[in-house]
Amino acid sequence: MPVAPTAAERFIQGILPENPVYRQLLGLCPTLAVTNGLKAAMTMAGAVAFVLFCANIVTSVIRHLLKPHLRIVIFTLIIATFVTITDRFLAAYMYDMSKTLGPYIPLIIVNCIIICRCEVCASRQSIVTAGADALGQAGGFGLALASIAAVREILGTGLLFGVQILPATWPNWVVMILPPGAFMTLGLLLGAVNWIELRRSERADKKRG
Amino acid sequence: MKPLTPMDPMARSTLERLKNNYIIQAWLVLMLALFFGASLAGVHLRLGPKIEENKANETRHRIPEIILGYPGAEEFAREGKSLAIKAHTISVEKQGREVFYGVYEARDLDGKLAGWVAKSAGQGYADKIELLIGFSPSAETITGIFILDQKETPGLGNKIITVDWRQQFANIRTIEPIEVTKTGAKDPRQIDAITGATISSRSVTQIVNVTVKDLRDPLAALAKKEKDN
Repeated sequence: MPVAPTAAERFIQGILPENPVYRQLLGLCPTLAVTNGLKAAMTMAGAVAFVLFCANIVTSVIRHLLKPHLRIVIFTLIIATFVTITDRFLAAYMYDMSKTLGPYIPLIIVNCIIICRCEVCASRQSIVTAGADALGQAGGFGLALASIAAVREILGTGLLFGVQILPATWPNWVVMILPPGAFMTLGLLLGAVNWIELRRSERADKKRG
Repeated sequence: MKPLTPMDPMARSTLERLKNNYIIQAWLVLMLALFFGASLAGVHLRLGPKIEENKANETRHRIPEIILGYPGAEEFAREGKSLAIKAHTISVEKQGREVFYGVYEARDLDGKLAGWVAKSAGQGYADKIELLIGFSPSAETITGIFILDQKETPGLGNKIITVDWRQQFANIRTIEPIEVTKTGAKDPRQIDAITGATISSRSVTQIVNVTVKDLRDPLAALAKKEKDN
């Protein structure tokens, strides 16, 4: 039986080698929907990080009590609870952002990154490993959202975080902040990440001979 | 040779039966559901008033610009004036059932009626659209609208929240319904549809039309009663 990854390995894997968006192609709904501005994307990444961390910890705490045929129900229950808390919290303290993100916060409940981490890691490994795994995957998700949102916001509006970056003469590519821009940016960045990964593994192969 | 009689299945012990009972198996789900439900109720008790306050604050904050328009409201604030706001509920009988509208009455500091703001809602393209509609004191014209809550398509339908688009509703007379056009508004009671979001544009206009039709007479009656006094 293969040895289960340690906490440090889990954390590092989440950031790039097993990046939820670029390597696992999970959580693409929010990735496409809320990346037309960096601020909204970062709020979404924060919300997912909170839910993922809490869900992983709780799942890991009760992992010895889980029954195989009831585990998914329990994961969903845990995730839905933390998502509702996040949604109410945003509506109370970040009212404008909550209005911007609209339905995408409640939709975190069906984000498969979280249920995937509960299943793969938290329901089998210790609390420390589950926590590190959540931080790594959330970091990877945040990185992916930030990269896509930065490209779209700069090209679409000439702004970054609402601050003018490109000269005012920049003809705002409106398509970038519309849904087609999300697909194009995601596709090109995904291609780039895979190309880099391929070259890296080829070079590693050559070194080994 | 006599055939063997089949053996009776062993009677299952009560303990075993209990173990296989699905309610017992789901004890963790039930306990977690109770515990999480209670925590969420707690969260709602803590944050609920704050969320309602946010919405009410936004409504009150927007009333001057809905009634006075953009340059008007800014000038008004610069002169240090403010509006006194009082909340009413107006009920309208519609097809045999009562419909309730939350209406804010705005007065300037001399006590003169400045206008009315009504809260209304209706189905949009994606979800419910909640909006505020301003009326002149006699309810003869619309002074402006503001979108409180919407989940329309980002980049297209959500342009209903822009000032430029909402501005079109200002100073329209309430006597006739408003129309949406895709070929450029020629008549003062026509509204330009947003490109790529005709349904969102129509939804907002429809909500405004229904609300105006329901509230024009009650508001005019209230204003008249005050004049007579």
